[in-house]
Amino acid sequence: MYSKKVIEIFKNPKYAGRIKNADAIGTVGNIKCGDKIQVFLKVKDKKIEDIKFQTYGCPAAISTSDTLCKLVKGKTLEEAEKMTYKDIIEDLGEVPKIKYHCSIMGMEALHKAIANYRKKVRK
Amino acid sequence: MERIIYLDNGATTKLDPEVLSAMLPYFSEKYGNAASLHAKGIEAKDALENARKAIAKSINADAEEIIFTSGGTESNNFALKGIAFANKEIGNHIITTKIEHKCILESCEWLEKQGFKITYLNVDKEGFINLEELEKAITPKTILVSIMQGNNEIGTINDIFAIGKICQKYNVPFHTDACQSYTKTELDVKKMNLSLVTINAHKIHGPKGVGALFIKKGTKIKKWQHGGPHEFDFRAGTENVAGIVGFAKAVELAQKEKHKAYMTKLRDKLIAGTLEIPDVILNGPKGDKRLCNNANFSFKGIEGEAIGGYLDSYGICSSTGSACSSIRLEPSHVLKAIGRTHEEANGSLRLTLSRFNSEEEIDFVLEKLPIVVNKLRAISPIYKVINRVLKKSD
Repeated sequence: MYSKKVIEIFKNPKYAGRIKNADAIGTVGNIKCGDKIQVFLKVKDKKIEDIKFQTYGCPAAISTSDTLCKLVKGKTLEEAEKMTYKDIIEDLGEVPKIKYHCSIMGMEALHKAIANYRKKVRK
Repeated sequence: MERIIYLDNGATTKLDPEVLSAMLPYFSEKYGNAASLHAKGIEAKDALENARKAIAKSINADAEEIIFTSGGTESNNFALKGIAFANKEIGNHIITTKIEHKCILESCEWLEKQGFKITYLNVDKEGFINLEELEKAITPKTILVSIMQGNNEIGTINDIFAIGKICQKYNVPFHTDACQSYTKTELDVKKMNLSLVTINAHKIHGPKGVGALFIKKGTKIKKWQHGGPHEFDFRAGTENVAGIVGFAKAVELAQKEKHKAYMTKLRDKLIAGTLEIPDVILNGPKGDKRLCNNANFSFKGIEGEAIGGYLDSYGICSSTGSACSSIRLEPSHVLKAIGRTHEEANGSLRLTLSRFNSEEEIDFVLEKLPIVVNKLRAISPIYKVINRVLKKSD
């Protein structure tokens, strides 16, 4: 069902974990559907200095979360906001269509985290 | 290829090499159509009837009561729809349970659209029906009770003997789907007052695409597949002679008592070892009311497809009742029926054994499983939360 690349990332995610004193956190999903993704951000000079994730979900949810982090680390907030789930799928290669929603959720978690960060900074 | 530890025998099983040998001549030199009157036809017919006799004997039925089909799904469809339409003048009510296989439940839903009324019995937290609830559900319009013997997901073996007694008391035909339990626990159509029984070959190291429906003599059932007068005019279509010969051979091999004891030993080792991992629950009962080859767990804080995916990378084949892994994104209806939460259902893992598994394989699983569970829990945003709640309630 999954490509070797998806399984490899799923088994050894590089960005899994939490950031202590994160500047912002974005959470989406619920346990009922079987997916919950949480993204932690560290922001410096409007850039994503560090990013980590925690994911409850299937191999696709975990590997797309990790790929998301890889793609946006070092990017400006504006650049990250313009990205979509398609960027994740493109980078990962083969992902079953039924699992696209996992990457959509990951992107939503990131965008939520950025929105939370902007709200916080404005205050 | 790396080593495979196949623990998904509830889905299908490996073909026994002896079964394959028994089948092979019927693909080559013994190619006759069992309906033909010449020598090649008689050769095929003899093989067909010997297989029928052997399978009938295994459930204490007569040979003329065994109808070969394409498998469990067809047998279940035929039983439900055939009985419903043959008896609609008598009544329109059918009783089944919430934990049946999808081919029973979907057939029932279709029958509802045709005007039949279906009662779906509840089960308790181990998957057992309540006999009083069954008795109360029977009305003068009840034309069929269909209750599976062994559950495919959680291994619960319902008391078919007691259910049969109730059906006898009210003179209602009783059907059981015995695909998972056949040769793993007692099945006697006379003792259990069964009118219809579904069995198949590929769950017992036989070939896929072959099953049977036992139809007790005198049962009113409508033919569903039309054509020639095959199978005592119950089911049209040239018989799958090679498959049926393989089915009979598989039954002969599976019936050995030692296999049951062996699988039970492996199962209990697997269950005990897995329950040593923190925050794990067993789904289904313990002991002899559980299929001898079934184990099913819910792991808190992690998702079943992820556990299975990880195990697969070690060559361990399993399955899950998680919503994530189903096309409809709905968790297992069986786990929901026994009162598991969505989270518990999504964190489920089913491991189903066969006589071909070794103790050493179980050791390997018990070595890898805690590592997988810990790794996934470490990156789960909900496991720590659950843990805190658990500690509070201690």
